[in-house]
Amino acid sequence: MFGEEKEYRLKVGLAEMLKGGVIMDVTNPDQAKIAEEAGAVAVMALERIPADIRVQGGVARMSDPEMIAGIMDVVSIPVMAKCRIGHFAEAQILQAIGVDFIDESEVLTPADEQFHVDKNEFKVPFVCGCRNLGEALRRIGEGAAMIRTKGEPGTGNIVEAVRHMRMVQSEIREIKLLRSDELSAKARDLGVGMDILHSVAETGKLPVPNFAAGGIATPADASLMMQLGAETIFVGSGIFKSEDPAARAKAIVTAVSNYRDPEIVARVSKNLKEAMPGMEISTISENELMAKRGW
Amino acid sequence: MAWKIGVLALQGDFALHAESIRRTGSDSLEVRTVEELEGCDALVIPGGESTVLAKLLKETGLDEGVRRFSDKHPVMGTCAGLIVLSSKVMDHSIAPLGLIDITVVRNAYGRQMDSFISEVALVTDSSLGGFEGVFIRAPKITGMGKDIEVLAQRGDDVVMVRNKSVLVTAFHPELTMDSRIHTFFIDNF
Repeated sequence: MFGEEKEYRLKVGLAEMLKGGVIMDVTNPDQAKIAEEAGAVAVMALERIPADIRVQGGVARMSDPEMIAGIMDVVSIPVMAKCRIGHFAEAQILQAIGVDFIDESEVLTPADEQFHVDKNEFKVPFVCGCRNLGEALRRIGEGAAMIRTKGEPGTGNIVEAVRHMRMVQSEIREIKLLRSDELSAKARDLGVGMDILHSVAETGKLPVPNFAAGGIATPADASLMMQLGAETIFVGSGIFKSEDPAARAKAIVTAVSNYRDPEIVARVSKNLKEAMPGMEISTISENELMAKRGW
Repeated sequence: MAWKIGVLALQGDFALHAESIRRTGSDSLEVRTVEELEGCDALVIPGGESTVLAKLLKETGLDEGVRRFSDKHPVMGTCAGLIVLSSKVMDHSIAPLGLIDITVVRNAYGRQMDSFISEVALVTDSSLGGFEGVFIRAPKITGMGKDIEVLAQRGDDVVMVRNKSVLVTAFHPELTMDSRIHTFFIDNF
């Protein structure tokens, strides 16, 4: 089921506890309380949500540890925080203040264009984004205990998350059909170890929980991602950029738990007021696409 | 006939409980509604976030459903499941179902950095021996009623207890490949 090492099992174990839930981006203790009361399974503490990072530009860094600690003080659910890709010193700081999960995230400006954080070196679990199976397995090889789609954060547009989830799932189905001699060539092509690829071929799924993120704005978006194979939903800008965050947060929680039942999803989708304004991906210039960060 | 064991599938690691149950040779099915619960012989409430489970139980009417179900059928809970089934939660973050007379402190060992794996001693049945206890942001039992029987301890901490029809653990047997606690639940309730 998991790697032998106890520390790694504890990391994946926490990810297992978050399944079937909604992880919400929050920027202050008040929002964190609203998220917890709405039924968030965890919160992601950050100074600027992706939609604002997109508008304001500049270098996006780890949030102020004081701000993160302030959120840890007011909620009893797990608190996550983001470090830049490859910025292991930011990760050390987040571990030192005791966050429950670190997101090595393409939402922030990458600090290293060649190397991701060596996540096996840390006691705190990490989640990383992916666009395809190779990225997912390379991150797991580095020690990630949870994988999520990258999607295109801060857009309120689900199209990229759908693309990434479908890509991972169809590549997994392809791996299952390969002969063992073909797996070896595939491992080389993807730049991943044979043992991890064998595990995917045998089980038909990633060895860690597989969550969805990037562009989820409505209960229907959440249901769509769950039906495509996501095991939990991250909602970044989608809640606190909408007109009635508490109602929307609660509706998305119910939709994720009941994603198989369209009548329930329909009921909670009613009268939610305005969703966050969306962005067409093609209007974003190539070098501002966050999903392209990391490899 | 093999038992049909429902696993509350509103949120949490319910799929791992289903695997543990299948390893014992019993059938498991996911429970999201009162109707689904009514077709079961027993229920397991998994690990997850207790605040979320409590909300979703209420929203689906499964809070009353589980209370009624427990009059005639056994219920097991691990970690968040233990918190939900307890009679008192110290931080008042949730209103528990009150199906087992214990007082509970959530996240009593600390945050994820304080999560640990440690052997627990199964005290009632020495033939069971030890068990690998996986404690993740785990709760502590700080008070117990008269009808509570202690089943496992880790040092001085009571980590698994039962009453007539409810079994709870502060750790996660479903995060191991060892199904003895699930088997114990099936054989002894």
